[in-house]
Amino acid sequence: MVGAHRLGTRIVRLYIPLAVCMVLMLFPFYWMLITSIKPNRELYSQKVMPLIVHQPTLKHYYDLLSETNFITWTYNTLLVAVVTTVVSLILGTMMAYPLARLKFPGAAVVAIGVAATYLVPQPLLFIPMADIINRLDLGNTLTAVMLTYPTLLIPFCAWLLMGYFKSVPRELEEAARIDGASRFQAMARVVLPLCTPGLLSAGIFAFTLAQNEFLYALIFLAKSDVRTVPVGAITELIRGDVFYWGQLMAAALLGSVPVAIIYSFFVDYYVAGLTAGSVKT
Amino acid sequence: MAVGPASVARPAPVVDRRASPRRVLEREGAFSWIMLAPGVLFLLAFVAYPFFYGIYLSLQDRPVAKPGLFVGLANFINLAHDAVFWQVTRNTFLYVAVTTVFKLLGGLAMALVMNQTFRGRNLTRAFLLLPFIVPTILSTIAWMWIFDPTFSVINWTLVNTGVVAKGFSWLGNATLAMVAIIIVNTWRGIPFYGISILAGLQTISPDLYEAAAIDGASINQRFWYVTMPIIKPILIIVTMFSVIFTFADFQIVYALTHGGPANATQVFVTYAYDLGMSAGQLGMGAAAALTMLPALVLLIIGLTLYLRRE
Repeated sequence: MVGAHRLGTRIVRLYIPLAVCMVLMLFPFYWMLITSIKPNRELYSQKVMPLIVHQPTLKHYYDLLSETNFITWTYNTLLVAVVTTVVSLILGTMMAYPLARLKFPGAAVVAIGVAATYLVPQPLLFIPMADIINRLDLGNTLTAVMLTYPTLLIPFCAWLLMGYFKSVPRELEEAARIDGASRFQAMARVVLPLCTPGLLSAGIFAFTLAQNEFLYALIFLAKSDVRTVPVGAITELIRGDVFYWGQLMAAALLGSVPVAIIYSFFVDYYVAGLTAGSVKT
Repeated sequence: MAVGPASVARPAPVVDRRASPRRVLEREGAFSWIMLAPGVLFLLAFVAYPFFYGIYLSLQDRPVAKPGLFVGLANFINLAHDAVFWQVTRNTFLYVAVTTVFKLLGGLAMALVMNQTFRGRNLTRAFLLLPFIVPTILSTIAWMWIFDPTFSVINWTLVNTGVVAKGFSWLGNATLAMVAIIIVNTWRGIPFYGISILAGLQTISPDLYEAAAIDGASINQRFWYVTMPIIKPILIIVTMFSVIFTFADFQIVYALTHGGPANATQVFVTYAYDLGMSAGQLGMGAAAALTMLPALVLLIIGLTLYLRRE
């Protein structure tokens, strides 16, 4: 009887709320999936029960890949995300290391500057930035977004990595220095390898942020062949009042796949990066 | 000419007191600044400069591709006399306040549920975080279809279960459109709160609960007197981060409603975008964006002070 009672509490306190959470959080993805494989006669019928697919089809995927620039958009998105993540990780590391471990004049000012640039949101900057990119004649080039995304990613990487760098014991570095290692060697061979989890967290987080970016891409990339997936989908699969729902859903689903794959491999590092700011400090 | 090992011909090495590149790099200050320079210069050029240039733009009448005309505070005065601007202000504060409350409560609930031990917890956590990691525009596309006036699945469910006779025009009605963007923002933000709070809950030692239970504390008391004090700093930090980013939200509103119908869901950023980009009035747009600054500065100072105190 005790066992049954325990199971009862467990159902009420764990399984039911958990199921509610999962359904609420995941329903839009289920909806994306089944909408993308429904034929138009099911999509645009109020009589057919919409919660399941009756005659699945890959037509929307076929149309998306053959009639739009989706493959180019995907390539652009990934190229920009990889380049900006690598650049931001390198520059972020170079900033975080001295800020976290060395004493030098101006350290406090730079640290506050990094925090401020991390928190000052992009919406304050996008209008002047649009004018600057115009004057640099970089409109409709991927260079425009490659230059601007790191403004979001570098402060984030530096901020996150400072916490990791601080956690490495000073003695390890000092021992290497006594053995004749230069400052650079002490950093590259002692501290950085110990902070691999932090570097992974920052890199994965930066990669997802770069994939998620929309405002700069929307403003700077007005030609189809330079667009990223979010901008391409929202501008070219909706024409005037016509929404290509099947293709929109296919694009949304395929566009999420790269992030989801990276995320599934490194989910623990992602969670560590997410919670580092709030839990560690 | 005799060619031999160079060292043979040289006198014994003397310590070179001049600044060779290697020696400079060994100085703490020089090394630090050489490392910092690329990042600092980049951020000065692409964050600090645009920021001040934006203030300069906001003081100009500046159509796209034309020279600007200095107009002082005229743009801000125009905004202050524009009923739409005040509607935008009210919309933004309502949007931020309501979503924050829901995200905080929802996130706390999710964290408490997830803090029990069960098989497959890590996998569940990975799935529950999906709304937060999938690019916002792409998941909002799914929500656009969920709120479609004719084929909304919410309407289908409500009509077929007999709750209402006729479906709602979710994005066509001023109140419902606001409800819709609040729902989507809450949905996307709950996992961030939930997983962060969960990480905090997991730092609480079970001994504390046992001790409290032995002292006769009820479940409620254990929550308010053991759990809450420990996770309070996390709640505050997560909430402040989230408020700052919700305040500056663009994607969800832009995709779902474009600020409509009739500005009913227009928030600061979509409004600045409409003025600066769609209408091409860079000066007005920059001014509209800058009106967010006082509230943001207060939030950022508050957060910085709190982080320092911790």
